[in-house]
Amino acid sequence: MTESDWPLFEVFIRSRAGLEHKHVGSLHAADARMAVEHARDVYTRRQEGVSLWVVRSADIVASDPEEADALFEPARDKIYRHPTFYAIPEEVKNL
Amino acid sequence: MYTQALDTHGKEPAGGAEADPQVARFQARIDAEEKIEPKDFMPEAYRQTLIRQISQHAHSEIVGMLPEGNWITRAPSLKRKAVLIAKVQDEGGHGMYLYSAAETLGISRAQMLEQLLSGAAKYSSIFNYPTLTWADVGAIGWLVDGAAIMNQIPICRCSYGPYARAMVRICKEESFHQRQGFEIMLTLTQGTYAQRTMAQDALNRWWWPSLMMFGPSDADSKHTAQSMRWKIKRFSNDELRQKFIDITVPQAHFLGLTIPDDELHWDEASQHYHVGPIDWSEFYAVLKGNGPCNRERLEARQRAHEAGRWVREAAAAHAERERTRSMQQAAGVAA
Amino acid sequence: MQTETRSEAQQQAHCHYVLRLADTSLVLGQRLAEWIGHAPALEEDLALANLSLDLIGQARLLLTYAGELEGQGRDEDALAFLRDAPEFLNLALAEQPNGDFAHTIVRQWLIDAWQLEIYGALEHSSDTRLAAIAAKAIRETRYHYRFSSGWLVRLGDGTEESHRRVQESVDALWPFTHELFAADEVDEHLAAEGIEPHQGVSLLCVEELGAAAHRSGRCAHAPDLLAAEQVQAGEIFAGFDHQPALFERNGAPGTGCRLAPDLAIDEAADPPVRQ
Repeated sequence: MTESDWPLFEVFIRSRAGLEHKHVGSLHAADARMAVEHARDVYTRRQEGVSLWVVRSADIVASDPEEADALFEPARDKIYRHPTFYAIPEEVKNL
Repeated sequence: MYTQALDTHGKEPAGGAEADPQVARFQARIDAEEKIEPKDFMPEAYRQTLIRQISQHAHSEIVGMLPEGNWITRAPSLKRKAVLIAKVQDEGGHGMYLYSAAETLGISRAQMLEQLLSGAAKYSSIFNYPTLTWADVGAIGWLVDGAAIMNQIPICRCSYGPYARAMVRICKEESFHQRQGFEIMLTLTQGTYAQRTMAQDALNRWWWPSLMMFGPSDADSKHTAQSMRWKIKRFSNDELRQKFIDITVPQAHFLGLTIPDDELHWDEASQHYHVGPIDWSEFYAVLKGNGPCNRERLEARQRAHEAGRWVREAAAAHAERERTRSMQQAAGVAA
Repeated sequence: MQTETRSEAQQQAHCHYVLRLADTSLVLGQRLAEWIGHAPALEEDLALANLSLDLIGQARLLLTYAGELEGQGRDEDALAFLRDAPEFLNLALAEQPNGDFAHTIVRQWLIDAWQLEIYGALEHSSDTRLAAIAAKAIRETRYHYRFSSGWLVRLGDGTEESHRRVQESVDALWPFTHELFAADEVDEHLAAEGIEPHQGVSLLCVEELGAAAHRSGRCAHAPDLLAAEQVQAGEIFAGFDHQPALFERNGAPGTGCRLAPDLAIDEAADPPVRQ
């Protein structure tokens, strides 16, 4: 991890007991404790959420809406079209 | 919040784009008011246009923290200080929502920050003007936030899901910003002669830049047409600008202030206020980087970024070390 | 709470005491506001703005109360804006310049630790207004402390450069902590009425500081002048005012003592080097 690259975390908030956690956005943090604090600072300034989840974006596995075969495995399960999420093998040129 | 029609140019793919069945399907979804989400197919031009627009919007929020932040330590009462801190905090938060939305399209926060700090990225021209008095804080809330709201509400219905959702969140938080600004102007105009003069002076300096926030007339631009087709843009610049003028002029009259425009008049036939000509050369100069505060504001962000490098590095180093420690511990336990 | 025969000296001491708390929050809040737009990352701009907002909120409540106690018609703004510098009663620590981020974090961490203790004790004050303010403020302070102690560890246990900067700041700011534990006639008046905790702020605050500094392993340690003294958990630093009553009240490890027994303060003088 470089200084310019605090990893991306997705933020989920449960605003009231009885409701589910909802995805509200993302943020960057160096570690999980910081991510929780940032999420609290940015996403709960008005709604008093009762519960916060922060998850590293890279850890989320998502379904592929296209169902088509992708060229690279990462494309099927990374949630963002984020260039740094993709570990492209050395042999592949022009990427 | 401070989005502006700065640059809606995207690269048009060679050949008839509509011939491609995927593109046709994409357009059909848009026409049906479906939301496009991050992993859905989208033409490259659509993606690039959005990256540009959303990141510019985010940059505007971040740079916008400075002209108002300038007055936090000097606010005239504790309550106003607290309100201004909350407002500037909101703006930072809005920048974060927007950077988040842009990142879903394949650009990283680090890349966007690099673009802003190197001067490559544009941001709303309005933040290149100085805040000379406390009345400027009022004028910004009343006029600049007012113009921003006008731009933002339609974007709540734009075709790209993350951008639309960020906009909904922003609009909800925006309501107090404009009211805060107007209330400051009201207090000043009901005050002493010096205070009334200060308010009028602020209006004189912020009126025309606020009108320019809506961007040049786009009636002839084919790129505007494309943005409209993709439902990124829902109304033309001129339409939004006119709406703003019609709403704001009566508010100025209520305040007892004079709009600095000799040609301003109510047109009975069209039922609109007509304004005099806008000096677009000023707009382009400011946009190019020659506004009164462009350099100063960018340098402030550059300095903050440089000065903070060791902090970010330390946090990253510590996190790495902690991860190694816990892995070693887990290995130790497993062994 | 206040008997009719309360002396003018008592009344003045009461107002004075509240002003001290108010001014510390106000001045610190103002200092933090200077960071907005200039922090190392956008997220930290928001975090520091949040701290500033909380502190100014505390200041407003306390100043308003102080104005009422004073009884001369001064409201929060009159007290904040129309007093001259010598009339401010904040901790000297609060008004120290921001310096770099390390300096701001160390200053914050010291005051957060102190506010945790003071607000915690004031929740039981015989002054119900002050108790209510403290009950609200301590919720904020718990978050502030989490933030500042988290960053202290990150910076102390980060890179060589961040460690050096934090150590320099601890060296520079530590002398100001003496004031946190000083007690004068004002404190005596209020302790007598049960308004403020007996004998001022808990020494355990200091122990907590040492523990936090030690927790990261590579982190900053208290300057040598303190390290030279032999200190056991619950004992007192030489050079600080002796506060035996406090020690007796909170002596047993675990009851209000945040330290695990093995993190005694003398270890903090010479932290073992962690890999």
